Amino acid sequence: MLDKVIFFFFAGVAILSAGLMVTRRNAIHSAVFLITTLLATAGIFLQLRAEFIFIAQIILYVGGIMVLFVFVIMLVRLDVALHQIQFSRQKWVALLVTLALALEVGVMLWSSRKVPGQGFLLPNAVPAGKLPPNTEALAGRLFDAYLLPFEIASVLLLVAMVGAVVMAKKRT
Amino acid sequence: MQDDAAQNQTLLGADELVLNMGPQHPSTHGVLRVKLKLDGERVRGTECVIGYLHRGVEKIAENRSYQQFAPYVDRMDYVAAVSNGLGYCEAVEKLLNVEAPPRAKVIRTIMTELQRIASHLIWLGTHALDIGALTPLFYCLREREEILKIFEKYCGARLTTHAFRIGGLQYEAYDSFEKDVERFCKDFERRIQEYVDLLTGNSIWIGRTRNVGVLSAEECIALGASGPVLRASGVKWDLRKAQPYAAYDQYKFEIPVGTNGDTYDRYMVRMEEMRQSRLICLQAIENIPAGPIMGKVGKVLKPPAGEIYHSIEAPKGILGYYIVSDGTTQPYRVRIRPPSFINLQALDKMARGHLVADVVAIIGTLDIVLGEVDR
Amino acid sequence: MSPTLQAVLAFVQTWWVELVSGVVIVAVVPLVAGYIVLMERKLMADMQARLGPMRVGPHGLLQPIADAVKLLIKEDIIPDNADKVVFWIAPVVSMTAALTSMGAIAFGPAFQVARDINVGLLFVIGVSSLGIFGIVLGGWASNSHYSIMGALRSTAQLVSYETAAGLALVSGLLLAGTLKIRAIVDAQQHFGVWFVFLAPVAFFIYVVASIAETNRAPFDLPEAESELVAGYMTEYSGFRWALYFLGEYANMIVVGAVATTLFLGGWLRPFPNVRWMNWLDALPALFTAAVGAYCVYRAGKQPVRVQTWFMWGVALACFVVALILAVPLLVAPLKFLVPGLHGAFWFLLKISAYIYLFMWLRFTLPRYRFDQLMHLGWYILIPLAIVNVLAVGVAMILEMEYGWNRWLAMLLTTVITLATALFLLRLNDKRAAAASSAAPPPEEPSTEDSYAG
Repeated sequence: MLDKVIFFFFAGVAILSAGLMVTRRNAIHSAVFLITTLLATAGIFLQLRAEFIFIAQIILYVGGIMVLFVFVIMLVRLDVALHQIQFSRQKWVALLVTLALALEVGVMLWSSRKVPGQGFLLPNAVPAGKLPPNTEALAGRLFDAYLLPFEIASVLLLVAMVGAVVMAKKRT
Repeated sequence: MQDDAAQNQTLLGADELVLNMGPQHPSTHGVLRVKLKLDGERVRGTECVIGYLHRGVEKIAENRSYQQFAPYVDRMDYVAAVSNGLGYCEAVEKLLNVEAPPRAKVIRTIMTELQRIASHLIWLGTHALDIGALTPLFYCLREREEILKIFEKYCGARLTTHAFRIGGLQYEAYDSFEKDVERFCKDFERRIQEYVDLLTGNSIWIGRTRNVGVLSAEECIALGASGPVLRASGVKWDLRKAQPYAAYDQYKFEIPVGTNGDTYDRYMVRMEEMRQSRLICLQAIENIPAGPIMGKVGKVLKPPAGEIYHSIEAPKGILGYYIVSDGTTQPYRVRIRPPSFINLQALDKMARGHLVADVVAIIGTLDIVLGEVDR
Repeated sequence: MSPTLQAVLAFVQTWWVELVSGVVIVAVVPLVAGYIVLMERKLMADMQARLGPMRVGPHGLLQPIADAVKLLIKEDIIPDNADKVVFWIAPVVSMTAALTSMGAIAFGPAFQVARDINVGLLFVIGVSSLGIFGIVLGGWASNSHYSIMGALRSTAQLVSYETAAGLALVSGLLLAGTLKIRAIVDAQQHFGVWFVFLAPVAFFIYVVASIAETNRAPFDLPEAESELVAGYMTEYSGFRWALYFLGEYANMIVVGAVATTLFLGGWLRPFPNVRWMNWLDALPALFTAAVGAYCVYRAGKQPVRVQTWFMWGVALACFVVALILAVPLLVAPLKFLVPGLHGAFWFLLKISAYIYLFMWLRFTLPRYRFDQLMHLGWYILIPLAIVNVLAVGVAMILEMEYGWNRWLAMLLTTVITLATALFLLRLNDKRAAAASSAAPPPEEPSTEDSYAG
């Protein structure tokens, strides 16, 4: 019961602010609503007892990436941005893609209904005490089964970082 | 401000930001308004807007008798009122062709040197506060308070003292004057060490002041900068030695000079000047000659027609008075050369290419008083 | 009874301790923050040869309350061109982040809100870092140059120093092997030593970075009074301003609590496992009793009768606290209360010491310039923190795999880290010297971007 209330609350906030994020003309307002969306998503992670992903979402996306977003937006002259057309003109393509996506999600929901032992939309949550510690489980997975992809990802990130530094240095 | 095209180009082609610093700003030392042209935080040009404290001091002089005008000069550099008074009184004495008696001269010297210490203390405290050190300000004010107490005992006023009169002094030194000055000077040696401990070797302080606002000797001379600003660039020019006035020729003291002409050197020069002023005071109270304190000056001053220029080494630089007399009781024209006003010209030169934080340090190191800049 | 009501009741039954502690945090922290401000003013006055607030209450003890009332009834000014909504929410965000992150902090073994959160320490630092949005949005919404420059500085500074702080925490977490707050303290009890002695460099980095993160001097550039008037708070007044202020001081408590938990042994008393030092258990009671006795001594010297009464009141409160701390020690059936009460005492004492250090530095040091701040962060602290993480890892492997003595391993790696630090500092000095000798002539625009990073 409580789980459902929490879930629907966060899901509602996420969807509402996602919609507002797209429709706001002011870039800072959009950013604020994007932050809200990300936080609400984090809330859903927490409701699913995925504490580590919850906090990773907050630290990385909200605390890291969004700060940089806002940082950049602040440097932009908003009065210019306000008068620019912000929506792409490919409305029909967008509509098609959206419909396809909606169909996909609908089919998935419909089929998930038939899986025995699972409720509609929300699987019965395992009591928190019975779950293995989330952080350790994730670490075990990353450094055991998925070590190679993990290392490749880190190398990629390192390359990106070095590339960014090189590009920044080149200007000077 | 002449900017060529290349200079107007900012990083990433962004717009320049014009930041209005002042006239209401915590660290413009009064009502200075500086328009900063910024690229990010880097200063690409400054423009000083002054006049917020203009009172027309020079014009007032034309409608007052010579004695009546004397208190007005205290209101120019109000943190060094005694020095202003000394300059004015000596200028009028020169015009009248009288001389103050030796006793008056020595007491004037002591008072002026105490005032120099007080002025430098205010500078040090506010400069340190601008750079973010909170505590030196209160230590400085604590010592300044002792000086102000001496002033108060001597003439009843603390800030705008009107301590001297044309032709000498009105007040005899009070009974424990020598003792008070000596006690202060003895104490001050220990106190100055406290500032040194807090600031001189501090790596943040050095980082904030070294190579900030550099002025070369040539630039200083070209801009007419004087006082510690000039001496920090390595020019050994101090009117107390170069054209001795009052009783300065009787005392031994050094003129500290810097080498780099940066903010740190100006700091060191002023710190050393405080020590030297202390030594002058100590020498002076040893032997205050007896005798009258007022020269032969009539009740109504009617200097012969003519003009005179007299300058002294005020705490902030060369303070000059140019007085034209038409033979009446009121000056025909008084022109004052205020050190702050002329030193302030260097701001643009010093601040370009630095960060906003440095502008604050540079305004602090110029040691301006807006009452004197605007008059 | 409707099922909804039942659910609510069940919820309250399971979580009432957490709910109550949450309410206590929200209610008490602002008051505590107010008194930290008073403490700061008093300490500053003491170091600057002044008296500080003396008018409201004896020795200004009621000053925070007067300040709060003043701020509450002050006119709330919103600039004309401000973005009103963002202007409204920004201070609230700042305050909320600071208070929420306190939820996972254990103020002693018995006081914690989200008690078995798996990622305790990460939660604290992650959520408290959200406070930056309050600063950034507030600075932007004010529509003032000073505000936005403060906000920009703040963002760059926080992002930079959070990296260093995070890496410093990783060193400590390696030693603890867990993110749970309680388990971290237990680990220190198990090791028999506070982690500050095993990873001193990490602690040092965390101290520096946390000062920068809380925008305190010498890193208080976002609100550098002499440069940016009040930085991002320039346009704020009244209670909105107070919210920022409270958020800032609450953040100080948070970083203090994190440092205490991870490096200073949390709620453990000094030498937690040394039996002959058990007399230290009596220290909390004796300490508060001594404070009370001092109040009694001072009470007679107060100039006004009201002040005398007040001092007696304070003394009485101290004695009651001392009694509360002492009784469980002496009465056997109440023994189970000892760890909770004394733990809270030690924890708060350590946080106070940490905050005192902050204040002391603030009164002593001048302020860094922005580029110097960035250089310190990126050229010295972050590389040093990375080296330190490696060094601590190596030390642990040396100890666990090769059976080295723990102290020897830690000493060795600390020396290596310190050598790195010296190397970095010299490198930085050389770079600074090179930069200043080739100081940019004013005609040529310098391309160094002070916000780089």
